[in-house]
Amino acid sequence: MNMPDLAKLIFGRLTLEAIPYHEPILVGTFIMVAIGGIALLALITRAKLWGYLWSEWFTSIDHKKIGIMYMVFGIVMLLRGFADALMMRAQQAVAFNGNPGFLPPHHYDQIFTAHGVIMIFFVAMPLVTGLMNYVVPLQIGARDVAFPFLNNFSFWMTVAGGLLVMASLFVGEFARTGWLAYPPLSGLAQSPDVGVDYYIWSLQVAGVGTTLSGINLIATIVKMRAPGMSMMKMPIFTWTSLCTNVLIVAAFPVLTAVLVLLSLDRYAGTNFFTNDFGGNAMMYVNLIWIWGHPEVYILVLPVFGVFSEVVSTFSRKRLFGYASMVYATVVITVLSYLVWLHHFFTMGSGASVNSFFGITTMIISIPTGAKIFNWLFTMYRGRIHFEVPMLWTVGFMITFVIGGMTGVMLAVPPADFLLHNSLFLIAHFHNVIIGGVIFGLFAGINYWFPKAFGYKLDPFWGKCSFWFWLVGFYLAFMPLYVLGFMGVTRRMNHFEDPSLAIWFRIAAFGAVLIALGIGSFLVQLWVSYKRRDELRDVTGDPWHGRTLEWSTSSPPPEYNFAFTPIIHESDAWWDMKERNAGRRTDGYLPIHMPKNTSAGIIIAGFAFVLGFAMIWHMFLIAGIAFVALLVTAIGHTFNYKRDYHIPADVVARTEAARTEELAAHV
Amino acid sequence: MSAHIESHDHHDHDDGHSHSTLKGYMTGFFLAVVLTAIPFWLVMGKVIPNSQTLAVVILTFAAIQIVVHMIYFLHMNTKSEGGWNMLALIFTLVLVVITLSGSIWVMFHLNSNMMPGMSHDMTEQQVKNLP
Repeated sequence: MNMPDLAKLIFGRLTLEAIPYHEPILVGTFIMVAIGGIALLALITRAKLWGYLWSEWFTSIDHKKIGIMYMVFGIVMLLRGFADALMMRAQQAVAFNGNPGFLPPHHYDQIFTAHGVIMIFFVAMPLVTGLMNYVVPLQIGARDVAFPFLNNFSFWMTVAGGLLVMASLFVGEFARTGWLAYPPLSGLAQSPDVGVDYYIWSLQVAGVGTTLSGINLIATIVKMRAPGMSMMKMPIFTWTSLCTNVLIVAAFPVLTAVLVLLSLDRYAGTNFFTNDFGGNAMMYVNLIWIWGHPEVYILVLPVFGVFSEVVSTFSRKRLFGYASMVYATVVITVLSYLVWLHHFFTMGSGASVNSFFGITTMIISIPTGAKIFNWLFTMYRGRIHFEVPMLWTVGFMITFVIGGMTGVMLAVPPADFLLHNSLFLIAHFHNVIIGGVIFGLFAGINYWFPKAFGYKLDPFWGKCSFWFWLVGFYLAFMPLYVLGFMGVTRRMNHFEDPSLAIWFRIAAFGAVLIALGIGSFLVQLWVSYKRRDELRDVTGDPWHGRTLEWSTSSPPPEYNFAFTPIIHESDAWWDMKERNAGRRTDGYLPIHMPKNTSAGIIIAGFAFVLGFAMIWHMFLIAGIAFVALLVTAIGHTFNYKRDYHIPADVVARTEAARTEELAAHV
Repeated sequence: MSAHIESHDHHDHDDGHSHSTLKGYMTGFFLAVVLTAIPFWLVMGKVIPNSQTLAVVILTFAAIQIVVHMIYFLHMNTKSEGGWNMLALIFTLVLVVITLSGSIWVMFHLNSNMMPGMSHDMTEQQVKNLP
């Protein structure tokens, strides 16, 4: 075998040309990332943290640590996704009057695709999953999730998918197709390079993680609730998490299947979505939105749960209309499968199809509206404390209602014919995703941070972050509504009409304010860490919470609860406080716990190699990685040392320390 | 695997599992074989000349066989796992029906609107259906 053949066997179509050294922006980014990365690695090595990170975090199957790792991953990816957003805003602010701007179309198209993919799959999803992972077992009085190893594996698969997207920045390129990669543009004829393959494999790898974590949390909520906690006594966040995970398990297989069909078109020469040989690209659009619409509810339902918890805690009242909240959530879960066509009203289905889906879309705003009224009535005559999570909640209620109303406008098919694919649509979905999901995540982070780390987040920088985000959001996206009404379409690289420039510049200014909001959040984390002794909370219940997670210490011991709590009321912890139910401080038993394992990170590592090799057609390496993946997975089934007991005296010591701390505080 | 293993052990077997017996498996196996053999015979013996009818008949047998598998091999009934299995099954069926019938409806409409045959004249129905 001669050299070129050998090189092709090993490297597939990966050559030195794939490194984008001719693009100054990418080279600059790479240098910064490399310097930052090396500095970080050096710091970890100097502090001798590798062993600690490996044994206490990377291989951990404690749902609390995995939840925190999800959050860290999501925040890091937020910085990448937001950098893309800033570049787009800067490009559109300057590219007028023949000025081509600083991003050539080829690069610009990758940026808007990567922005969408990263923000949905690797920012919103990990952050939402992280919150659910951390909070749900604590809220239902469980000691871990139903399948702790699977949880660790899911997390690392998500990370592996995220790493594939990041790799596309410096090796090859990302898709230039928009975040859903519609064929025929994403087909082999129009996108012969690796961009779409990066897209497919990163989503397939991460999708495995998402689906498994959905199964895991459903099993946890259904089977592991504390005795006495009937379904209608579950905290509302647990309810919304349950519905979200049902949606995940039902919807993600559709995404997997449609991406498999697209990969077959690209790898095996089939014609599912091509323009000829009987293929139909519209079938892809139809199928991917059957996943895509539930996906937006997957993101927003858990944060509805966050807002419900926050509103009732900071209004010092039981949540108004608990049962109606539950029913609204379930109705949204089912209805979210009946609206997918509103994403392609203009595709050419007839009046009857369009009116059916238009009406179902409008109907879905009814349970959502019911939720808004429930929150308002919870606040009504409540003793409202405007702490940072409550600020995010009020900001959400105002912003989300505006986004919801523009959504109902888009649900009217004739209006959609004018507004589809315009910046009005962009403004609408950023309005609900930022105003809903992102605000909710910040509310949740500020709310549960003291539970996870034992000290509150600094309120001053939290307020800065909130106001920068809120004002920045309105400045960045209200101009887009205006531009949409003027008929400006999305994904444009430069413009001919100079009169549009002022709106884009206002939007760019708004994006800068949002950047300050993200900056303030990072400063908030740092300042809070520095001031952790002043912000310390030893009670475990800093906000006078109502649900079970506030009954343990902050941070909770690895077994969460020394005794499984018995539930009598829906706001279980509030009820315990009312009845003055004391902590039991004797009669501890050994606690049966799952043991850490490195199988998850290793299998996900092989999945990363498999994905990367498939992208570059390194079929030999892909085969090896696949076999290694299977062998590790099967090998792990022979690992019988999966559990251990925390001895009763260790539990007794931990709980005695907590008793002392509580006594010293009072 | 769960941290709750002790607390779950004692009622693992009393929540309505239909216990697997040799008789149950044999019944299921027999039914599965019969339900496979009949379509096989229908195709090989060219019993039904109309291929569309044939396809519908085979799909019906397949659907019946799915039910047989669920009852005899997966031991599903309305009470297993406290009714959760049934609820999950109903939810799955609803979603599959929505997805399949919705997709067929949407794509059929699209085809009749966007590919109006070779002629350039629109029928009254097509004009009515214009988006």
